[in-house]
Amino acid sequence: MKQTITQKILAAHCGRKEVTPGEFIDAKVDLCLGNDITAPLSIHELEKAGIKKVWNRQKIALVPDHFTPNKDQASARHCKILAEFAGKHKIKHYFEQGRVGVEHALLPEQGMVGPGDLVIGADSHTCTYGALGAFSTGMGSTDLAAVMATGECWFKVPESIKFLYKGKFSKWVGGKDLILFTIGKIGVDGAKYMAMEFAGPVIRNLPMDDRLTMSNMAIEAGGKNGIIEPDKITRDYIRQTTGKRYKAYSRHLSLKSDKDAEYVDIHEWNITRMEPQVACPHLPSNVKGVSSLKKISIDQSVIGSCTNGRISDLRIAARIIKGRKVNSRVRLIVIPATQAIYLQAMKEGLLKDFIDAGGVVETPTCGPCLGGHAGILAEGEVAIATTNRNFVGRMGHPKSFVYLSNPAVAVASAIKGRITHPDEVRP
Amino acid sequence: MKLKGKAHKFGDNINTDEIIPARYLNTIDPKVLGAHCMEDADTDFVKKVKKGDIIVGGRNFGCGSSREHAPLSIKACGVSCVIAESFARIFYRNAINTGLPILESKLAADSISQGDVLEIDLKKGSINNTTANEEYDAQAFPEFMERIIKAGGLMNYVKRRIKQKCTR
Repeated sequence: MKQTITQKILAAHCGRKEVTPGEFIDAKVDLCLGNDITAPLSIHELEKAGIKKVWNRQKIALVPDHFTPNKDQASARHCKILAEFAGKHKIKHYFEQGRVGVEHALLPEQGMVGPGDLVIGADSHTCTYGALGAFSTGMGSTDLAAVMATGECWFKVPESIKFLYKGKFSKWVGGKDLILFTIGKIGVDGAKYMAMEFAGPVIRNLPMDDRLTMSNMAIEAGGKNGIIEPDKITRDYIRQTTGKRYKAYSRHLSLKSDKDAEYVDIHEWNITRMEPQVACPHLPSNVKGVSSLKKISIDQSVIGSCTNGRISDLRIAARIIKGRKVNSRVRLIVIPATQAIYLQAMKEGLLKDFIDAGGVVETPTCGPCLGGHAGILAEGEVAIATTNRNFVGRMGHPKSFVYLSNPAVAVASAIKGRITHPDEVRP
Repeated sequence: MKLKGKAHKFGDNINTDEIIPARYLNTIDPKVLGAHCMEDADTDFVKKVKKGDIIVGGRNFGCGSSREHAPLSIKACGVSCVIAESFARIFYRNAINTGLPILESKLAADSISQGDVLEIDLKKGSINNTTANEEYDAQAFPEFMERIIKAGGLMNYVKRRIKQKCTR
């Protein structure tokens, strides 16, 4: 039987040659992760079940990134639970504050995820690592507890949908726009239970940061994973960013979909002349071209998160804002996703550009993306953000509004005080 | 197991941010989570809901974040079952793992009105709408999931498997 890359990775992890969509398998997990919101529940479940030993202390990542630096006493208690558990079980990949970053930016950067790996995380955006050619997907805390205990997890083998992108990017358009466009076309449950496979000439030339953005938002279309076949860009990223040697899961595992593999659907889009895309409240699928939203005034602009808090995102935003000012009625909040990105942005002078313009630069955290802290909206306020969700109340008050965009649009909007095409600010 | 309660209707794409907003995720205490259930979809929900009541959603119920706090909050506020046309993947897993009964039925989701009294036979997967005098069949769980449900949730299932491995 012809197999997709997703099927091949799942088969390899349950000791089989092939697997069929719809069947249930028990597969071996290469890495599992939890954060300060989800891991305390997992630890509680492990203790309740009387399980005293974890399966492998090197293959568990604990990343307190959501409410850190601890926003209140209750969050501090959660982080303490993580720290104590990590100490007790000698968990190798526990990231204390000051070393921690937003989990899905941090793990690839640390070289903890590689092509062909199978990764599960108690966080819905775990699908991010599909950009590296891994099978990765989000689950709940109890699933994480089970994996921490056994190193195995049950899966229903997903069907796949292929997305082929052709043509040339217009200026200021990138991975974020492709994925918003895609979610806009198929809807928030358009890939429900399915593997999304991103391919075509545009993807083959797409930088890794943009790939990570695309795979990150597969969940916003209901996808189980969002995968891209690894190539030279993957190899170069792993070598240059992590300083490690490129290593795939196994030499015997082909990380390409077979030519005649079966897809539920194949979408093919020409993206030439696509303008920057914006998802309007209150669904990530409510997508429009930026020029049609010129009249929307904003109170806040957020650049950061596991979706768009990487160095290339900060570079684009800094290039636009350098020498300009944030609109006097607007708050610009910039959050580098990891300490390494923070430091790099500092070296390149990007942070100075943001602060000179009247922006706030925060330490790595998920913070406002989920309405956690450090940038919450009041009733009636409007934000544009490079984050991933714009559900009711996502960034604060249930009667606030979030528009999702790429970093260029978010920063241009901060300058003008309304949703703005970057060309208006920097033709 | 048989359940009985009043239906509380919601629309499509009810996400986990609406079910339990992130501002309450600094706790895992079911009591606190239950006190804010569905708060951003319907502020008065917890005042209206009675023990045994049933949430009826549309498409893609429970989409968004992986927070298991969502099914925990629904259980803790007294809801006995969620019926929807379809569930988002992670919520579906979380509900099974935490023992929140869920049923998938488009006919039920379309036909049930706010306040209808429902009787549910979980074993049969049948929903009896005593207000409208209608009956709907829900989709059966795959056999694999039945095993987890029968074991009493995922952790019990896992414990049993660890034991089997040790004695093998």
